[in-house]
Amino acid sequence: MSDTQAVSAEKPTFYLTEEHHPENSTMLGFWIYLMSDCLMFAVLFATYAVLGRSYAAGPSPADLFDLQLVAINTAMLLFSSITYGFAMLRMEKGDKGGTLGWLVLTLLFGLAFLGIELYEFHHLIHEGAGPQRSAFLSAFFTLVGTHGLHVTFGSIWLVTLMVQVSKYGLIEANRRRLMCLSMFWHFLDVVWIGVFSLVYLIGVLG
Amino acid sequence: MFTNTNLMEFIFGRLSWDSLAFTHEPIILVTFLGVCVGGIAVLGALTYFRLWGYLWKEWFTSVDHKKIGIMYVILSLIMLLRGFADALMMRTQQAIAFGANEGYLPPHHYDQVFTAHGVIMIFFFAMPIVTGVMNFVVPLQIGARDVSFPFLNNFSFWMTAAGAVIIMLSLFVGEFARTGWLAYPPLSGADYSPGVGVDYYIWGLQVAGVGTTLSGINLIATIVKMRAPGMTMMKMPIFTWTSLCTNVLIVASFPILTATLVLLTLDRYVGTNFFTNDLGGNPMMYVNLIWIWGHPEVYILILPAFGIFSEIVSTFSGKRLFGYASMVYATVVITILSYLVWLHHFFTMGSGASVNAFFGITTMIISIPTGAKMFNWLFTMYRGRIRYEVPMYWTIGFMVTFVIGGMTGVMLAVPPADFVLHNSLFLIAHFHNVIIGGVVFGLLAGVNFWFPKAFGYKLDPFWGKMSFWFWLVGFYFAFMPLYVLGLMGVTRRVNHFEDPSLQIWFVIAAFGAVLIALGIGSFIIQLVVSFFKREELRDTTGDPWNARTLEWSTSSPPPEYNFAFTPVVHDHDSWYDMKKRGYVRPLEGFKPIHMPKNTGTGVILSALSVGFAFGMIWYMWWLAALSFLAILVVSIAHTFNYKRDYYIPAETVVATEAARTKQLAEQA
Amino acid sequence: MSSQPHAPAHESAHNTHHGHSHGHEAAHGTFGSYVTGFILSVILTAIPFWLVMGNVLDSKALTATIIMALAVVQIVVHMIYFLHMNSKSEGGWTMLALIFTIIIVVIALSGSLWVMHHLNTNMMPMNPEMMKNMP
Repeated sequence: MSDTQAVSAEKPTFYLTEEHHPENSTMLGFWIYLMSDCLMFAVLFATYAVLGRSYAAGPSPADLFDLQLVAINTAMLLFSSITYGFAMLRMEKGDKGGTLGWLVLTLLFGLAFLGIELYEFHHLIHEGAGPQRSAFLSAFFTLVGTHGLHVTFGSIWLVTLMVQVSKYGLIEANRRRLMCLSMFWHFLDVVWIGVFSLVYLIGVLG
Repeated sequence: MFTNTNLMEFIFGRLSWDSLAFTHEPIILVTFLGVCVGGIAVLGALTYFRLWGYLWKEWFTSVDHKKIGIMYVILSLIMLLRGFADALMMRTQQAIAFGANEGYLPPHHYDQVFTAHGVIMIFFFAMPIVTGVMNFVVPLQIGARDVSFPFLNNFSFWMTAAGAVIIMLSLFVGEFARTGWLAYPPLSGADYSPGVGVDYYIWGLQVAGVGTTLSGINLIATIVKMRAPGMTMMKMPIFTWTSLCTNVLIVASFPILTATLVLLTLDRYVGTNFFTNDLGGNPMMYVNLIWIWGHPEVYILILPAFGIFSEIVSTFSGKRLFGYASMVYATVVITILSYLVWLHHFFTMGSGASVNAFFGITTMIISIPTGAKMFNWLFTMYRGRIRYEVPMYWTIGFMVTFVIGGMTGVMLAVPPADFVLHNSLFLIAHFHNVIIGGVVFGLLAGVNFWFPKAFGYKLDPFWGKMSFWFWLVGFYFAFMPLYVLGLMGVTRRVNHFEDPSLQIWFVIAAFGAVLIALGIGSFIIQLVVSFFKREELRDTTGDPWNARTLEWSTSSPPPEYNFAFTPVVHDHDSWYDMKKRGYVRPLEGFKPIHMPKNTGTGVILSALSVGFAFGMIWYMWWLAALSFLAILVVSIAHTFNYKRDYYIPAETVVATEAARTKQLAEQA
Repeated sequence: MSSQPHAPAHESAHNTHHGHSHGHEAAHGTFGSYVTGFILSVILTAIPFWLVMGNVLDSKALTATIIMALAVVQIVVHMIYFLHMNSKSEGGWTMLALIFTIIIVVIALSGSLWVMHHLNTNMMPMNPEMMKNMP
């Protein structure tokens, strides 16, 4: 309001004569995407919360889950987070080699996480506790599996970015992409906190 | 080794000669032949006039938000014709199928028709036309040159189109769902719907849903980041505000639909037990989840219409919108409240008095901000110098009709009343009352309002008024009888009746549907007539309605770059402000303009998505796997292209602007 | 005129003058903040695992409450130290989006639980124990 009056006193400007460059929207757009992804997980969590005790006379979490394995898996994800963080710090210094090094480590931790999860799934299905067994197991496999799928796509993206960084260097576009993936990767951690707390720990607790 | 049948099954999955519906259904055969002849004619004409290159270069691969918006609207109008054909079929069936007369649609066909009608009208008519108008108008209204993510915009459009293609395929190859537009399990589960119908439904919606969500993200980022300098949030045009809230709703609700449909998909493909009757599944969980998406969805449709009416009322009353701030707050309140009412769609589920009372009350509360808006429009018109142009006709028709729909909505919000009216034709009448009276009238008003901006000439007012009156009168004839029938206890989705005393009401409703058909016909004639009279209807000023917001400050149609210089905003109704305070159009000092490049990646990805969906629907796993792999490869390859922009040279800008100067001088 | 040859050089570098640096200056961590976040989250992960694996508390309800509380704290830690959330980045829009999302998530989760719980008590008077004993 006040600037309207201030301007109307003299001849107002109605256009910019210089080129206008709006701020880059990528980080905001990607954050909004993450929020939408978060709602997708909310549905899966809600489904697990509602159906998670419908065992249909089948096994319950206490019968199935090996918490030591889950703890190792959580550690893998946490390590991959901190290594990604270090990669970002190297990126800020403009250190291409260091960035790539930490990214490789991140990828290895991510793959280890996926390997352990696949082993767990294989083991459960082998025991006859597959996703078809009960609503609880359907909800379990879908929630944890969707998280795993995200990690898989994150890893594919990570490889792509590593190629791009090594080929074109830490140019502005690549830095922005690394920051987006960083948000994605840390977001998956946050989801995993929900998974191990609600599904594994409270599940085993009974 | 594969035996012959194994090989065929591997290649074609469930698809066989019998799946081609037109081989044994006369109605579909006729439609199929019609589509073939029409399609060949269109393709032939395109080839004959050598338009393929033009279409590909200037439209299909375009990242210009205006062209993408127009393509959305065209897609939606094509789908409107399909959806309305379904409506006419239902109305005729119900008008004749009494007693001994079975009508002409057997249940398995009738059920597909009403499902297709609902799905197409909501997802492939209403959603694309809303998205299209927002896409076209919003960047112009906020003084931007394009959206935040131009490629994503093109990709979103093509994903929506891919969803429409998948749904249309089901007409000829296989069948469509027979479950109603929300595909409730257990009916939509593998046990009761083993065919491909529900799979077409699922994959059509999932593919289109990707596009819808991404375009929602895109428009939010655009509105937040790309506003012209000086345009604070409370100086944004009201249509931009409602678009922002709509897109927030899209981004915060479509993932819920996606996830819910994924669960249904797993039930059907993997054999999980989310919504089954045994092994711990609970079908009502699906109903619960899908309405958490479903209720925001109806506000996704109506909020932009509210925005359009606000712009039109203020323009044609020659006044600033009454209560701008209250309009904004009402919109924001609706956005949040729309997440607190979903259970009113299934009061009869049996979750008890306390739950029903809570959701009944929230539903009644949400009608308050809507009522406030209605008063804002009335007070804007009060003492205004009202010009009765076609958009204003639609607006007044809306105000009368929507109030009736709103009141029957509040009736349905009373849980005990809902136990009587649930799933009856009263409900059908109610939601058509608000969707036709609100969304359709709003979007048709919007199309009439912004058409001159998009194409440079106005739409013919005579045929516009014809279209309006046919729609309005047709609507009352078609749906008032359904209120009566609903109160008498007639339920929805029935294809044959025994009680002959009901027939007269259905005949009246069918007559109304014919009137609406004439309304749609008049609209098409309006488009054609206006095209031939375009010199006479030409808008040389860029501001044919003496309007108030920034999109009217450019030429009609706007240049590719929208604004040669970025506007500076001092007040809402900024173009009105500029006109009032002696804005002089700049004639020199033009600079090269930085713009995004066209790309064909969106078209390719969408075609691959159709392939993926088709493979999944027909169990052609090789096709699904290959398409999925190709989608990944193309997406990754696309990210290796860093040169996505170019400069429009200053000379081109100078030439474009000089042409406009000449046009303005001639007209003055 | 001069704009044409000047354009290609601009293309790959145009982002530099686009990215107004103040927008995401705050969005970077330091070595210290990453390590702090990591240590905190290790502790916050270890406690609930220890509570369950070591059968530390007698009350299951209490243990469950503590687990959920720690999960919330850990989520906040990750948000601050790894996702660099603050009320200033992107002009406060990321924070606004996050708050809105949390509201919707809470509504969807608690609403579904509430609605489905009432449905189950009214329509299916059965608890998991009874389900287990069913044939």
